[in-house]
Amino acid sequence: MPAGETYPDDLRYHKEHDWARIEGEEAVLGITWFAQDALGELVHYESPNEGDTISKDAPYGEVESVKAVSDVIAPLSGEVLQVNQKVVAEPETVNDDPYGEGWLIRIRLTDAGEAESLLDADAYKQVVAEA
Amino acid sequence: MAQTLLRTPLHDRHVALGARMVPFAGWEMPVQYEGVIPEHKAVRSDCGVFDVSHMGEFEVEGPRATELLQATLSNDLEKIGPGQAQYTLLTNERGGIIDDLIVYRLDEFRYLLIVNAANREPDGRWLKEREIPGSDVRDVSDEYALLAVQGPRAIERLGLPKADQFTFEEGQIGGVQCMVNRTGYTGEDGCELLVMAEDAEALWDHVLECGAVPCGLGARDTLRLEVCYPLHGNDITPETDAISAGLGWCCALDKEFSGAQELREIKALGPVQRLVPFVMEEKAIPRQRMAIEGGGEVTSGTHSPMLDRGIGLGYVPADAAAPDTPLTIDVRGKPRRARVVKRPIYKREES
Repeated sequence: MPAGETYPDDLRYHKEHDWARIEGEEAVLGITWFAQDALGELVHYESPNEGDTISKDAPYGEVESVKAVSDVIAPLSGEVLQVNQKVVAEPETVNDDPYGEGWLIRIRLTDAGEAESLLDADAYKQVVAEA
Repeated sequence: MAQTLLRTPLHDRHVALGARMVPFAGWEMPVQYEGVIPEHKAVRSDCGVFDVSHMGEFEVEGPRATELLQATLSNDLEKIGPGQAQYTLLTNERGGIIDDLIVYRLDEFRYLLIVNAANREPDGRWLKEREIPGSDVRDVSDEYALLAVQGPRAIERLGLPKADQFTFEEGQIGGVQCMVNRTGYTGEDGCELLVMAEDAEALWDHVLECGAVPCGLGARDTLRLEVCYPLHGNDITPETDAISAGLGWCCALDKEFSGAQELREIKALGPVQRLVPFVMEEKAIPRQRMAIEGGGEVTSGTHSPMLDRGIGLGYVPADAAAPDTPLTIDVRGKPRRARVVKRPIYKREES
């Protein structure tokens, strides 16, 4: 079942419809409810490799639905510690639970200060409202 | 973007059902309601309904209507009588494909052509320019809506008798007068219902009451690609010919029509490239215009909901066209393995 529209308060958001859950020196990243809804049911996740370096505001992977492909933009810079293999195997997990089981990667942050530039849930909801 | 999109007579129904509306060939059309994949599976397992009212309709009438169409369409109209229909191509002087369409023989001197929405104007112009005394071509697209009801249970759900594919008759469905055509674009049993525009909503409502799942253009594309039906503008164009596209079967090369001689020559020499179906051997989704290594190009690509893998159609060099030939497709800079397969890509397992 597709999830209902939510933007949890404990996450930080990038205007390109990505979220970050910051946990000390690490962060878990994914795409927002808005992003998965716009794409439709995901059928492919082109993931980065563990050990790759990703840069804030640059693409680190791709998600595809039947009709469209979209870059996934890194909200923060870091080194990829873990790729969610459940999403690689079952991309629709992102539609079902975009902030939980549908996370995409875990990274070690290279610049903790970058988080300050991200949006809180209320500011991101404004971005969605204007999209 | 200032151009106003056209709306079908069912526009309000689509919006009320929560459809995602997108521009397509100058029309505002539903791309999906619940989602491409559930809609696709509904058509493969039961019954779905598509609003395809954007498609164009022409009536060609007169004592010399057959002569006009025999000279412009690739297939042989002598093979069908009143009540029968035929898949055929409108070809240019080079044998290129102006459009693919279904021609319905209404009676000895009257035909209906149902054409792609995007080609309504070029088709109309081409035919009008070739009219001869005793043949009259009329664009009647605005008078009609068209519903495609498709799936293994479509006929049963509508309470229709069994009938052969590519036949049609006038009938009433849910009290609405319509032309019931045993044709479609999904590879499933079913029909296409041509109805007066003002009766479209009543017919749509009845078809939904019969249990058909509303389906958008997204599922229409994945369904047709699984069974390798070409899409004009993608897989076949005025620059591609029927022989290379594997559509020689609907070209009567023993009659004269526009481009027939060119097609005979291509057939005799053997085409340089062929349109082939393929499946991905790795996790990747092919898309239109991706390069195929060795000199080829993807013309349609998607994710197959039934096979749960990437599938597509593309032109490859003729010596790489045999089933099982390995292909390499450039998926945004990454080489991904694919394999040529036989048509259709998907076929229901016989139960």
